[in-house]
Amino acid sequence: MTEMQFKPGDRVRVLDAYPLGHVRTPFYIRGKAGVIERCCGAFPNPEELAQMRDGLPAQPLYRVKFRQQDVWPDYRGSPNDVVEVEIYQHWLEKT
Amino acid sequence: MNDPGTYRPLSYFQLMEVSLRELLVEKGVVTEEELAQEVEAMRKRGYERGARVVARAWVDAEYKKRLLANGTKACEELGLEVPALKLLVVENTPEVHNVIVCTLCSCYPRMLLGIPPEWYKSRNYRSRMVREPRAVLAEFGLQLPETLTVRVHDSTADMRYLVLPMRPAGTEDWTEERLAGLVSRDSMIGVAVPKS
Repeated sequence: MTEMQFKPGDRVRVLDAYPLGHVRTPFYIRGKAGVIERCCGAFPNPEELAQMRDGLPAQPLYRVKFRQQDVWPDYRGSPNDVVEVEIYQHWLEKT
Repeated sequence: MNDPGTYRPLSYFQLMEVSLRELLVEKGVVTEEELAQEVEAMRKRGYERGARVVARAWVDAEYKKRLLANGTKACEELGLEVPALKLLVVENTPEVHNVIVCTLCSCYPRMLLGIPPEWYKSRNYRSRMVREPRAVLAEFGLQLPETLTVRVHDSTADMRYLVLPMRPAGTEDWTEERLAGLVSRDSMIGVAVPKS
């Protein structure tokens, strides 16, 4: 598996990229900054699996926590509200 | 909807499904009967398994700890197999309310909750639950105060989620079985809370 680059509490940003194909990074979260909530283990890369390849080496998968106000500037609700999204490591960079 | 009298050719994926099924039967991998039984079993599967897990966690604090630490293993303890599924259980508290959505498709802990409801798969729920969760929850009849933090979990990849709701007040002397009857499907998705 690919080496883990992040640990819980690390500040990260999701890449603002738009590759074609089967991608499991939702559009609304691309380019947003958040904090690693936990590591979920490593899984075959779904973008490769969709191309009938083996997806190896496995990609570390993280749950990243975002403040709703950082995701939606006009968010209505508590400033503590969060959305947590599973993101593969190759979609993340340190901020 | 389709006019029942109108013939429509199979879509690409329907055709793939039929071809694969016929091949598997032809090559003796499965029989038509086994396939039919499996489809029926899937249709019948409800959310009782999820409710059992929640009720156990309510009556057994040690079990709850294990469930929150490793959902898949804790289900296996109850004899519930959750294959190809890494289960994350998220706990509601007086401070935090959790709710589950899959914005990309309709990932859902089927082994515990059965077939997802139609609204869970709708574009409306999937797009709005991350955007304005409080408004959507209000439409389900759940008005949450500003003092409560809303935690939305977008099930985008390999994890599956189950909300562990709060045990209602006034159920202190209830049996585990009676408690399980209180746990609704919606309360384990996070769009409702159980009431005694």
